Amino acid sequence: MVLDTAHEVPTPEGIDIALRPAGPLARASAWLIDTLLRLGILLAVWIAAGLLGKFGLALTLLSAFFLEWLFPAWCEVRWNGATPGKKALGLMVVHDDGTPVRWPAALTRNLLRAVDFLPLLYLFGFVAMCASRDFKRLGDFAAGTLVVFRPALGGSHNVPPAPALAPARPLSLAEQRAILDFAERSATLTAERAAELAEIAGPLVGAAHGAAATERLIGIANHLVGRQ
Amino acid sequence: MKQASFETLHASEWSAFERLLEDDRRAPRQEGDFPRLYRRVCQHLALARDRAYGPDLVDRLNALALRGHRVLYGAEGMRRNRLAEFFLRQLPRMVREERATVLTAALLFFAPLALVALALQRYPDFVAYLLSPRELADLQRMYDPANPHPGVRAADSNVLMFAFYIWNNVKIGFQTFAGGMLLGLGTLYYLVLNGLQIGAAAGYLTQIGYGVPFWSFVAGHSAPELTAIVLSGAAGLRLGAALIAPGRLTRRAALAAAARRAVQLVYGAAALFTFAAFVEAFWSPLGIVPAHVKYAVGAVLWSALLAYLGLLGGRYAR
Repeated sequence: MVLDTAHEVPTPEGIDIALRPAGPLARASAWLIDTLLRLGILLAVWIAAGLLGKFGLALTLLSAFFLEWLFPAWCEVRWNGATPGKKALGLMVVHDDGTPVRWPAALTRNLLRAVDFLPLLYLFGFVAMCASRDFKRLGDFAAGTLVVFRPALGGSHNVPPAPALAPARPLSLAEQRAILDFAERSATLTAERAAELAEIAGPLVGAAHGAAATERLIGIANHLVGRQ
Repeated sequence: MKQASFETLHASEWSAFERLLEDDRRAPRQEGDFPRLYRRVCQHLALARDRAYGPDLVDRLNALALRGHRVLYGAEGMRRNRLAEFFLRQLPRMVREERATVLTAALLFFAPLALVALALQRYPDFVAYLLSPRELADLQRMYDPANPHPGVRAADSNVLMFAFYIWNNVKIGFQTFAGGMLLGLGTLYYLVLNGLQIGAAAGYLTQIGYGVPFWSFVAGHSAPELTAIVLSGAAGLRLGAALIAPGRLTRRAALAAAARRAVQLVYGAAALFTFAAFVEAFWSPLGIVPAHVKYAVGAVLWSALLAYLGLLGGRYAR
Protein backbone atom coordinates (compact mmCIF):
# COMPACT_ATOMS: atom_id res chain seq x y z
CA MET A 1 0.00 0.00 0.00
CA VAL A 2 1.41 3.36 -1.00
CA LEU A 3 0.15 5.19 2.07
CA ASP A 4 1.35 2.59 4.53
CA THR A 5 4.13 3.83 6.83
CA ALA A 6 5.39 0.34 7.71
CA HIS A 7 9.17 0.02 7.74
CA GLU A 8 10.23 -3.40 6.53
CA VAL A 9 13.34 -4.99 7.96
CA PRO A 10 14.75 -7.81 5.84
CA THR A 11 16.21 -10.57 7.99
CA PRO A 12 18.80 -13.24 7.15
CA GLU A 13 15.95 -15.76 7.17
CA GLY A 14 14.61 -14.18 3.99
CA ILE A 15 11.52 -12.57 5.47
CA ASP A 16 10.59 -8.95 6.05
CA ILE A 17 9.56 -8.01 9.56
CA ALA A 18 7.21 -5.03 9.63
CA LEU A 19 7.86 -2.17 12.07
CA ARG A 20 5.44 0.70 12.61
CA PRO A 21 7.28 4.03 12.97
CA ALA A 22 5.61 6.42 15.39
CA GLY A 23 4.53 9.86 14.20
CA PRO A 24 5.12 13.31 15.70
CA LEU A 25 2.02 13.30 17.90
CA ALA A 26 2.81 10.07 19.77
CA ARG A 27 6.43 11.09 20.15
CA ALA A 28 5.57 14.59 21.36
CA SER A 29 3.27 13.07 24.00
CA ALA A 30 6.04 10.74 25.13
CA TRP A 31 8.43 13.69 25.28
CA LEU A 32 5.97 15.68 27.37
CA ILE A 33 5.65 12.85 29.90
CA ASP A 34 9.44 12.48 30.06
CA THR A 35 9.97 16.20 30.49
CA LEU A 36 7.41 16.48 33.29
CA LEU A 37 8.97 13.45 34.95
CA ARG A 38 12.46 14.94 34.69
CA LEU A 39 11.28 18.25 36.09
CA GLY A 40 9.51 16.41 38.91
CA ILE A 41 12.64 14.45 39.83
CA LEU A 42 14.75 17.59 39.65
CA LEU A 43 12.33 19.48 41.87
CA ALA A 44 12.34 16.63 44.40
CA VAL A 45 16.15 16.55 44.41
CA TRP A 46 16.27 20.33 44.73
CA ILE A 47 13.90 20.37 47.70
CA ALA A 48 15.61 17.43 49.43
CA ALA A 49 19.03 18.89 48.70
CA GLY A 50 18.01 22.26 50.13
CA LEU A 51 18.67 20.75 53.54
CA LEU A 52 22.26 19.99 52.61
CA GLY A 53 23.41 23.50 51.72
CA LYS A 54 26.17 23.80 49.14
CA PHE A 55 26.56 20.05 48.85
CA GLY A 56 22.86 19.91 48.04
CA LEU A 57 23.24 22.52 45.33
CA ALA A 58 26.08 20.47 43.87
CA LEU A 59 23.82 17.43 43.89
CA THR A 60 21.09 19.39 42.11
CA LEU A 61 23.46 20.57 39.38
CA LEU A 62 24.76 17.04 38.80
CA SER A 63 21.19 15.68 38.67
CA ALA A 64 20.21 18.36 36.20
CA PHE A 65 23.11 17.36 33.99
CA PHE A 66 22.37 13.64 34.11
CA LEU A 67 18.63 14.03 33.65
CA GLU A 68 19.09 16.34 30.70
CA TRP A 69 21.73 14.45 28.74
CA LEU A 70 22.24 10.90 29.93
CA PHE A 71 18.99 9.72 31.55
CA PRO A 72 17.02 9.23 28.30
CA ALA A 73 19.89 7.36 26.65
CA TRP A 74 20.32 5.21 29.74
CA CYS A 75 16.61 4.32 29.75
CA GLU A 76 16.66 3.47 26.06
CA VAL A 77 19.62 1.12 26.45
CA ARG A 78 18.47 -0.53 29.67
CA TRP A 79 14.69 -0.63 29.37
CA ASN A 80 14.06 -2.22 26.02
CA GLY A 81 14.40 0.99 24.05
CA ALA A 82 11.91 3.04 26.03
CA THR A 83 12.05 6.05 28.33
CA PRO A 84 9.13 6.17 30.79
CA GLY A 85 7.19 8.40 28.39
CA LYS A 86 7.80 6.08 25.46
CA LYS A 87 6.78 3.12 27.59
CA ALA A 88 3.52 4.85 28.48
CA LEU A 89 2.78 5.50 24.80
CA GLY A 90 3.82 1.99 23.73
CA LEU A 91 6.86 3.21 21.78
CA MET A 92 10.41 1.95 21.61
CA VAL A 93 13.66 2.98 19.96
CA VAL A 94 15.33 0.45 17.68
CA HIS A 95 18.21 0.48 15.24
CA ASP A 96 17.17 0.75 11.60
CA ASP A 97 17.53 -3.04 11.33
CA GLY A 98 15.11 -3.63 14.21
CA THR A 99 17.72 -4.68 16.78
CA PRO A 100 17.65 -3.15 20.28
CA VAL A 101 19.34 0.23 20.53
CA ARG A 102 22.76 0.31 22.23
CA TRP A 103 24.94 3.02 23.77
CA PRO A 104 26.54 4.62 20.70
CA ALA A 105 23.23 5.12 18.91
CA ALA A 106 21.28 6.02 22.05
CA LEU A 107 23.84 8.62 23.05
CA THR A 108 24.10 10.04 19.54
CA ARG A 109 20.36 10.56 19.17
CA ASN A 110 20.02 12.05 22.65
CA LEU A 111 22.96 14.45 22.35
CA LEU A 112 21.72 15.62 18.97
CA ARG A 113 18.37 16.46 20.53
CA ALA A 114 20.01 19.86 21.14
CA VAL A 115 19.86 20.48 17.37
CA ASP A 116 16.39 19.03 16.89
CA PHE A 117 15.19 21.46 19.55
CA LEU A 118 16.31 24.49 17.50
CA PRO A 119 15.15 27.15 16.79
CA LEU A 120 12.50 26.49 19.42
CA LEU A 121 10.38 23.59 20.66
CA TYR A 122 11.77 20.94 18.30
CA LEU A 123 10.92 22.78 15.10
CA PHE A 124 13.88 21.27 13.22
CA GLY A 125 13.01 17.84 14.56
CA PHE A 126 9.39 18.25 13.55
CA VAL A 127 10.24 19.34 10.02
CA ALA A 128 12.71 16.46 9.66
CA MET A 129 10.07 14.00 10.87
CA CYS A 130 7.48 15.28 8.44
CA ALA A 131 9.95 15.19 5.57
CA SER A 132 11.15 11.63 6.16
CA ARG A 133 9.39 8.39 5.44
CA ASP A 134 10.04 6.85 8.84
CA PHE A 135 9.36 9.96 10.98
CA LYS A 136 13.02 10.42 11.82
CA ARG A 137 14.27 13.50 13.57
CA LEU A 138 17.83 14.68 12.88
CA GLY A 139 19.24 12.68 15.79
CA ASP A 140 17.61 9.55 14.40
CA PHE A 141 19.24 10.10 11.01
CA ALA A 142 22.70 10.38 12.54
CA ALA A 143 22.22 7.51 14.99
CA GLY A 144 20.49 5.23 12.47
CA THR A 145 17.51 4.68 14.77
CA LEU A 146 13.74 4.53 14.51
CA VAL A 147 11.02 5.11 17.06
CA VAL A 148 8.38 2.43 16.49
CA PHE A 149 5.23 1.22 18.12
CA ARG A 150 5.81 -1.84 20.25
CA PRO A 151 4.33 -4.61 18.06
CA ALA A 152 0.76 -5.48 18.97
CA LEU A 153 0.14 -9.15 19.59
CA GLY A 154 -3.01 -9.07 17.48
CA GLY A 155 -6.45 -10.30 18.44
CA SER A 156 -7.76 -7.07 19.94
CA HIS A 157 -10.30 -6.06 17.34
CA ASN A 158 -13.20 -3.83 18.12
CA VAL A 159 -15.52 -5.04 15.39
CA PRO A 160 -19.24 -4.50 16.05
CA PRO A 161 -20.86 -7.96 16.40
CA ALA A 162 -23.02 -9.11 13.49
CA PRO A 163 -23.80 -12.44 11.83
CA ALA A 164 -20.60 -13.64 10.15
CA LEU A 165 -20.56 -13.72 6.37
CA ALA A 166 -17.93 -15.52 4.28
CA PRO A 167 -16.58 -13.36 1.42
CA ALA A 168 -17.38 -14.51 -2.10
CA ARG A 169 -13.66 -14.92 -2.92
CA PRO A 170 -10.41 -15.22 -0.91
CA LEU A 171 -9.14 -11.82 0.19
CA SER A 172 -5.57 -10.56 0.18
CA LEU A 173 -4.00 -9.48 3.45
CA ALA A 174 -4.31 -5.79 2.56
CA GLU A 175 -7.98 -6.24 1.69
CA GLN A 176 -8.62 -8.06 4.94
CA ARG A 177 -6.95 -5.27 6.89
CA ALA A 178 -8.96 -2.63 5.03
CA ILE A 179 -12.24 -4.37 5.82
CA LEU A 180 -11.33 -4.80 9.50
CA ASP A 181 -10.33 -1.15 9.75
CA PHE A 182 -13.59 -0.15 8.12
CA ALA A 183 -15.63 -2.25 10.55
CA GLU A 184 -13.74 -0.85 13.54
CA ARG A 185 -14.36 2.72 12.46
CA SER A 186 -17.93 2.28 11.23
CA ALA A 187 -19.28 3.31 14.65
CA THR A 188 -17.68 6.75 14.30
CA LEU A 189 -18.96 7.36 10.75
CA THR A 190 -22.37 8.63 9.74
CA ALA A 191 -24.56 5.94 8.17
CA GLU A 192 -24.40 7.70 4.79
CA ARG A 193 -20.61 7.97 4.79
CA ALA A 194 -20.27 4.34 5.92
CA ALA A 195 -22.52 3.19 3.11
CA GLU A 196 -20.64 5.31 0.59
CA LEU A 197 -17.35 3.69 1.67
CA ALA A 198 -18.84 0.19 1.77
CA GLU A 199 -20.09 0.48 -1.80
CA ILE A 200 -16.50 1.02 -2.98
CA ALA A 201 -15.90 -2.65 -2.15
CA GLY A 202 -17.93 -3.40 -5.33
CA PRO A 203 -18.32 -7.11 -6.04
CA LEU A 204 -17.72 -7.98 -2.36
CA VAL A 205 -20.98 -6.39 -1.34
CA GLY A 206 -22.69 -7.60 -4.52
CA ALA A 207 -25.76 -5.71 -5.52
CA ALA A 208 -26.30 -4.33 -2.03
CA HIS A 209 -26.54 -0.57 -1.60
CA GLY A 210 -26.70 1.81 1.33
CA ALA A 211 -27.06 0.32 4.80
CA ALA A 212 -27.18 -3.19 3.33
CA ALA A 213 -23.65 -2.75 1.92
CA THR A 214 -22.35 -1.61 5.31
CA GLU A 215 -23.98 -4.61 6.94
CA ARG A 216 -22.41 -7.02 4.49
CA LEU A 217 -18.90 -5.62 5.01
CA ILE A 218 -19.30 -5.75 8.79
CA GLY A 219 -20.51 -9.32 8.37
CA ILE A 220 -17.34 -10.14 6.43
CA ALA A 221 -15.27 -8.44 9.13
CA ASN A 222 -16.93 -10.69 11.70
CA HIS A 223 -15.99 -13.67 9.60
CA LEU A 224 -12.38 -12.43 9.41
CA VAL A 225 -12.00 -12.14 13.18
CA GLY A 226 -13.22 -15.70 13.45
CA ARG A 227 -16.77 -15.20 14.76
CA GLN A 228 -19.36 -17.75 13.64
CA MET B 1 -4.26 -25.50 4.16
CA LYS B 2 -6.98 -23.68 6.06
CA GLN B 3 -5.90 -21.11 8.63
CA ALA B 4 -7.52 -23.01 11.49
CA SER B 5 -5.59 -26.21 10.82
CA PHE B 6 -2.38 -24.23 10.29
CA GLU B 7 -2.87 -22.67 13.71
CA THR B 8 -3.61 -25.94 15.51
CA LEU B 9 -0.67 -27.61 13.77
CA HIS B 10 1.92 -25.03 14.91
CA ALA B 11 0.40 -23.56 18.06
CA SER B 12 2.67 -25.58 20.34
CA GLU B 13 5.83 -24.32 18.59
CA TRP B 14 4.67 -20.71 18.86
CA SER B 15 3.88 -20.98 22.54
CA ALA B 16 7.21 -22.74 23.18
CA PHE B 17 8.95 -19.85 21.40
CA GLU B 18 6.95 -17.33 23.39
CA ARG B 19 7.98 -19.03 26.64
CA LEU B 20 11.65 -18.78 25.63
CA LEU B 21 11.16 -15.08 24.90
CA GLU B 22 9.46 -14.51 28.24
CA ASP B 23 12.15 -15.88 30.55
CA ASP B 24 15.27 -13.98 31.56
CA ARG B 25 16.11 -11.57 28.79
CA ARG B 26 19.80 -11.35 29.49
CA ALA B 27 20.60 -15.04 28.94
CA PRO B 28 22.52 -15.77 25.74
CA ARG B 29 20.25 -17.31 23.14
CA GLN B 30 22.58 -18.39 20.39
CA GLU B 31 22.20 -22.02 21.33
CA GLY B 32 19.52 -24.56 22.26
CA ASP B 33 16.05 -24.47 20.77
CA PHE B 34 15.89 -20.72 20.31
CA PRO B 35 17.40 -20.28 16.84
CA ARG B 36 15.50 -23.29 15.47
CA LEU B 37 12.15 -22.12 16.77
CA TYR B 38 12.89 -18.58 15.56
CA ARG B 39 13.51 -19.83 12.04
CA ARG B 40 10.29 -21.85 12.19
CA VAL B 41 8.37 -18.72 13.17
CA CYS B 42 9.96 -16.82 10.27
CA GLN B 43 8.91 -19.56 7.90
CA HIS B 44 5.38 -19.56 9.29
CA LEU B 45 5.20 -15.76 8.93
CA ALA B 46 6.19 -16.02 5.27
CA LEU B 47 3.59 -18.76 4.69
CA ALA B 48 0.86 -16.90 6.54
CA ARG B 49 1.46 -13.77 4.48
CA ASP B 50 1.64 -15.65 1.22
CA ARG B 51 -1.55 -17.57 1.91
CA ALA B 52 -3.30 -14.38 3.05
CA TYR B 53 -4.28 -15.77 6.43
CA GLY B 54 -6.04 -13.36 8.78
CA PRO B 55 -4.32 -10.14 9.89
CA ASP B 56 -4.43 -11.26 13.53
CA LEU B 57 -2.33 -14.32 12.83
CA VAL B 58 0.07 -12.38 10.60
CA ASP B 59 0.45 -9.66 13.26
CA ARG B 60 1.08 -12.20 15.98
CA LEU B 61 3.74 -14.02 13.94
CA ASN B 62 5.28 -10.69 12.92
CA ALA B 63 5.51 -9.67 16.59
CA LEU B 64 7.05 -13.03 17.52
CA ALA B 65 9.57 -12.82 14.67
CA LEU B 66 10.50 -9.26 15.62
CA ARG B 67 11.06 -10.14 19.26
CA GLY B 68 13.10 -13.17 18.25
CA HIS B 69 15.11 -11.06 15.82
CA ARG B 70 15.88 -8.53 18.55
CA VAL B 71 17.10 -11.25 20.88
CA LEU B 72 19.07 -13.23 18.34
CA TYR B 73 20.74 -10.43 16.38
CA GLY B 74 20.76 -7.70 19.02
CA ALA B 75 22.76 -9.69 21.55
CA GLU B 76 25.64 -7.84 23.16
CA GLY B 77 29.08 -9.13 22.31
CA MET B 78 30.70 -11.43 24.81
CA ARG B 79 33.96 -9.47 25.12
CA ARG B 80 34.83 -8.39 28.62
CA ASN B 81 36.56 -5.18 29.67
CA ARG B 82 34.95 -3.17 26.91
CA LEU B 83 35.53 0.04 28.84
CA ALA B 84 39.24 -0.61 29.33
CA GLU B 85 39.54 -1.72 25.72
CA PHE B 86 37.90 1.50 24.59
CA PHE B 87 40.07 3.88 26.60
CA LEU B 88 43.35 2.00 26.23
CA ARG B 89 43.14 1.25 22.53
CA GLN B 90 40.12 2.38 20.60
CA LEU B 91 39.99 6.05 21.61
CA PRO B 92 43.65 6.95 20.94
CA ARG B 93 43.47 5.03 17.65
CA MET B 94 40.34 6.88 16.66
CA VAL B 95 41.94 10.24 17.47
CA ARG B 96 44.92 9.38 15.27
CA GLU B 97 42.75 8.08 12.45
CA GLU B 98 40.77 11.31 12.56
CA ARG B 99 43.88 13.43 12.95
CA ALA B 100 42.98 15.73 10.06
CA THR B 101 39.67 16.57 11.72
CA VAL B 102 41.19 16.81 15.19
CA LEU B 103 43.94 19.15 13.99
CA THR B 104 41.41 21.32 12.16
CA ALA B 105 39.36 21.60 15.33
CA ALA B 106 42.52 22.39 17.32
CA LEU B 107 43.44 25.12 14.86
CA LEU B 108 39.94 26.63 14.96
CA PHE B 109 40.14 26.74 18.75
CA PHE B 110 43.77 27.55 19.53
CA ALA B 111 44.38 30.09 16.73
CA PRO B 112 41.81 32.64 17.99
CA LEU B 113 42.90 31.90 21.56
CA ALA B 114 46.57 32.63 20.88
CA LEU B 115 45.91 35.56 18.55
CA VAL B 116 43.70 37.36 21.05
CA ALA B 117 45.99 36.63 24.01
CA LEU B 118 48.98 38.02 22.11
CA ALA B 119 47.12 40.96 20.61
CA LEU B 120 46.00 42.07 24.06
CA GLN B 121 49.64 42.47 25.17
CA ARG B 122 50.09 45.08 22.48
CA TYR B 123 46.59 46.63 22.40
CA PRO B 124 45.13 46.20 25.93
CA ASP B 125 42.00 48.26 25.22
CA PHE B 126 40.83 45.70 22.68
CA VAL B 127 39.60 43.55 25.58
CA ALA B 128 36.54 45.78 25.86
CA TYR B 129 35.26 44.28 22.60
CA LEU B 130 35.47 40.74 23.97
CA LEU B 131 34.49 40.84 27.64
CA SER B 132 31.89 42.91 29.46
CA PRO B 133 32.97 45.23 32.32
CA ARG B 134 31.33 42.83 34.75
CA GLU B 135 33.32 39.87 33.47
CA LEU B 136 36.49 41.94 33.68
CA ALA B 137 35.73 42.88 37.29
CA ASP B 138 35.01 39.23 38.14
CA LEU B 139 38.28 38.12 36.56
CA GLN B 140 40.19 40.80 38.43
CA ARG B 141 38.71 39.76 41.74
CA MET B 142 39.20 36.03 41.18
CA TYR B 143 42.83 36.23 40.13
CA ASP B 144 43.93 39.05 42.42
CA PRO B 145 47.37 37.98 43.71
CA ALA B 146 46.07 38.83 47.21
CA ASN B 147 43.28 36.22 46.89
CA PRO B 148 44.29 33.10 48.85
CA HIS B 149 42.09 30.84 46.70
CA PRO B 150 42.62 32.02 43.15
CA GLY B 151 40.09 31.07 40.50
CA VAL B 152 37.10 30.66 42.79
CA ARG B 153 34.75 33.02 44.53
CA ALA B 154 35.59 32.61 48.21
CA ALA B 155 32.08 31.48 49.12
CA ASP B 156 31.92 28.44 46.84
CA SER B 157 32.87 24.97 48.00
CA ASN B 158 35.00 22.61 45.95
CA VAL B 159 32.21 20.09 45.50
CA LEU B 160 29.87 22.76 44.24
CA MET B 161 32.46 23.97 41.74
CA PHE B 162 32.99 20.39 40.57
CA ALA B 163 29.25 20.00 39.93
CA PHE B 164 29.18 23.36 38.18
CA TYR B 165 32.09 22.45 35.89
CA ILE B 166 30.40 19.17 34.93
CA TRP B 167 27.04 20.80 34.34
CA ASN B 168 28.48 23.71 32.38
CA ASN B 169 31.56 22.40 30.56
CA VAL B 170 30.27 19.00 29.50
CA LYS B 171 27.10 20.69 28.29
CA ILE B 172 29.17 23.03 26.11
CA GLY B 173 31.11 20.03 24.82
CA PHE B 174 27.90 18.24 23.88
CA GLN B 175 26.54 21.35 22.20
CA THR B 176 29.76 21.75 20.25
CA PHE B 177 29.26 18.19 18.96
CA ALA B 178 25.56 18.67 18.21
CA GLY B 179 26.31 21.91 16.34
CA GLY B 180 27.93 19.76 13.67
CA MET B 181 24.45 18.86 12.42
CA LEU B 182 24.08 22.47 11.24
CA LEU B 183 26.58 21.79 8.44
CA GLY B 184 29.34 22.21 11.02
CA LEU B 185 28.47 25.86 11.63
CA GLY B 186 27.38 25.33 15.24
CA THR B 187 30.67 23.58 15.98
CA LEU B 188 32.64 26.33 14.29
CA TYR B 189 30.80 28.91 16.39
CA TYR B 190 31.48 27.20 19.73
CA LEU B 191 35.14 26.47 18.93
CA VAL B 192 35.96 30.01 17.87
CA LEU B 193 33.85 31.60 20.61
CA ASN B 194 35.49 29.50 23.34
CA GLY B 195 38.91 30.25 21.89
CA LEU B 196 38.19 34.00 21.89
CA GLN B 197 36.84 34.03 25.45
CA ILE B 198 39.66 31.99 26.96
CA GLY B 199 42.24 33.97 24.98
CA ALA B 200 40.72 37.26 26.13
CA ALA B 201 40.78 36.25 29.80
CA ALA B 202 44.35 34.95 29.56
CA GLY B 203 45.60 37.97 27.62
CA TYR B 204 43.87 40.48 29.86
CA LEU B 205 45.05 38.96 33.16
CA THR B 206 48.61 38.61 31.90
CA GLN B 207 48.62 42.18 30.68
CA ILE B 208 47.44 43.65 33.99
CA GLY B 209 50.11 41.64 35.84
CA TYR B 210 47.91 38.90 37.32
CA GLY B 211 49.64 36.31 35.18
CA VAL B 212 51.05 34.11 37.92
CA PRO B 213 47.77 33.44 39.79
CA PHE B 214 45.98 32.86 36.49
CA TRP B 215 48.45 30.61 34.72
CA SER B 216 49.17 28.57 37.84
CA PHE B 217 45.43 28.10 38.36
CA VAL B 218 44.72 26.89 34.86
CA ALA B 219 47.94 24.92 34.34
CA GLY B 220 46.62 21.75 35.98
CA HIS B 221 43.31 21.30 34.19
CA SER B 222 44.27 22.96 30.91
CA ALA B 223 45.43 19.72 29.29
CA PRO B 224 42.27 17.63 29.77
CA GLU B 225 39.86 20.54 29.37
CA LEU B 226 41.26 22.11 26.20
CA THR B 227 41.77 18.67 24.65
CA ALA B 228 38.17 17.80 25.48
CA ILE B 229 36.96 20.96 23.73
CA VAL B 230 39.04 20.05 20.68
CA LEU B 231 37.71 16.46 20.63
CA SER B 232 34.08 17.61 20.88
CA GLY B 233 34.82 20.05 18.09
CA ALA B 234 36.38 17.32 15.96
CA ALA B 235 33.32 15.13 16.50
CA GLY B 236 31.05 17.98 15.40
CA LEU B 237 33.20 18.80 12.37
CA ARG B 238 33.04 15.13 11.37
CA LEU B 239 29.24 15.33 11.23
CA GLY B 240 29.37 18.62 9.34
CA ALA B 241 31.89 17.27 6.83
CA ALA B 242 29.71 14.22 6.17
CA LEU B 243 26.77 16.51 5.39
CA ILE B 244 28.73 18.90 3.18
CA ALA B 245 30.90 16.36 1.32
CA PRO B 246 29.40 12.88 1.65
CA GLY B 247 31.71 11.44 -0.99
CA ARG B 248 30.36 8.33 -2.67
CA LEU B 249 27.68 7.73 -0.06
CA THR B 250 24.26 9.29 0.19
CA ARG B 251 24.16 12.13 2.73
CA ARG B 252 22.09 9.96 4.99
CA ALA B 253 24.52 7.04 4.94
CA ALA B 254 27.54 9.34 5.24
CA LEU B 255 26.02 11.04 8.27
CA ALA B 256 25.27 7.75 10.00
CA ALA B 257 28.77 6.44 9.31
CA ALA B 258 30.36 9.69 10.54
CA ALA B 259 28.23 9.68 13.69
CA ARG B 260 29.33 6.16 14.60
CA ARG B 261 32.93 7.38 14.66
CA ALA B 262 32.25 10.84 16.05
CA VAL B 263 30.38 9.55 19.07
CA GLN B 264 33.55 7.76 20.18
CA LEU B 265 35.37 11.09 20.23
CA VAL B 266 32.48 12.42 22.32
CA TYR B 267 32.94 9.59 24.84
CA GLY B 268 36.59 10.62 25.09
CA ALA B 269 35.71 14.30 25.42
CA ALA B 270 33.18 13.59 28.17
CA ALA B 271 35.71 11.54 30.13
CA LEU B 272 38.34 14.27 29.77
CA PHE B 273 35.86 16.98 30.81
CA THR B 274 35.03 15.00 33.94
CA PHE B 275 38.72 14.55 34.76
CA ALA B 276 39.32 18.26 34.12
CA ALA B 277 36.43 19.15 36.44
CA PHE B 278 38.06 17.10 39.23
CA VAL B 279 41.41 18.80 38.76
CA GLU B 280 39.88 22.25 38.43
CA ALA B 281 37.72 21.85 41.53
CA PHE B 282 40.11 20.10 43.90
CA TRP B 283 43.69 20.79 42.75
CA SER B 284 43.82 24.08 40.86
CA PRO B 285 42.47 26.31 43.69
CA LEU B 286 44.93 24.98 46.31
CA GLY B 287 46.59 28.20 47.48
CA ILE B 288 49.36 26.53 49.43
CA VAL B 289 50.89 24.80 46.40
CA PRO B 290 53.64 27.00 44.92
CA ALA B 291 53.15 28.15 41.34
CA HIS B 292 56.12 26.27 39.91
CA VAL B 293 54.74 22.95 41.24
CA LYS B 294 51.45 23.68 39.50
CA TYR B 295 53.27 24.47 36.25
CA ALA B 296 55.19 21.21 36.56
CA VAL B 297 51.98 19.23 37.15
CA GLY B 298 50.41 20.94 34.16
CA ALA B 299 53.38 20.07 31.97
CA VAL B 300 53.28 16.46 33.13
CA LEU B 301 49.55 16.22 32.35
CA TRP B 302 50.02 17.75 28.90
CA SER B 303 52.84 15.33 28.02
CA ALA B 304 50.95 12.36 29.44
CA LEU B 305 47.79 13.22 27.52
CA LEU B 306 49.61 13.84 24.25
CA ALA B 307 51.61 10.64 24.65
CA TYR B 308 48.39 8.74 25.42
CA LEU B 309 46.58 10.03 22.35
CA GLY B 310 49.67 9.82 20.15
CA LEU B 311 51.09 6.45 21.04
CA LEU B 312 48.67 4.09 22.75
CA GLY B 313 46.68 1.36 21.05
CA GLY B 314 48.88 0.62 18.07
CA ARG B 315 47.35 0.70 14.60
CA TYR B 316 44.32 -0.85 13.03
CA ALA B 317 45.30 -3.74 10.82
CA ARG B 318 44.67 -2.66 7.25
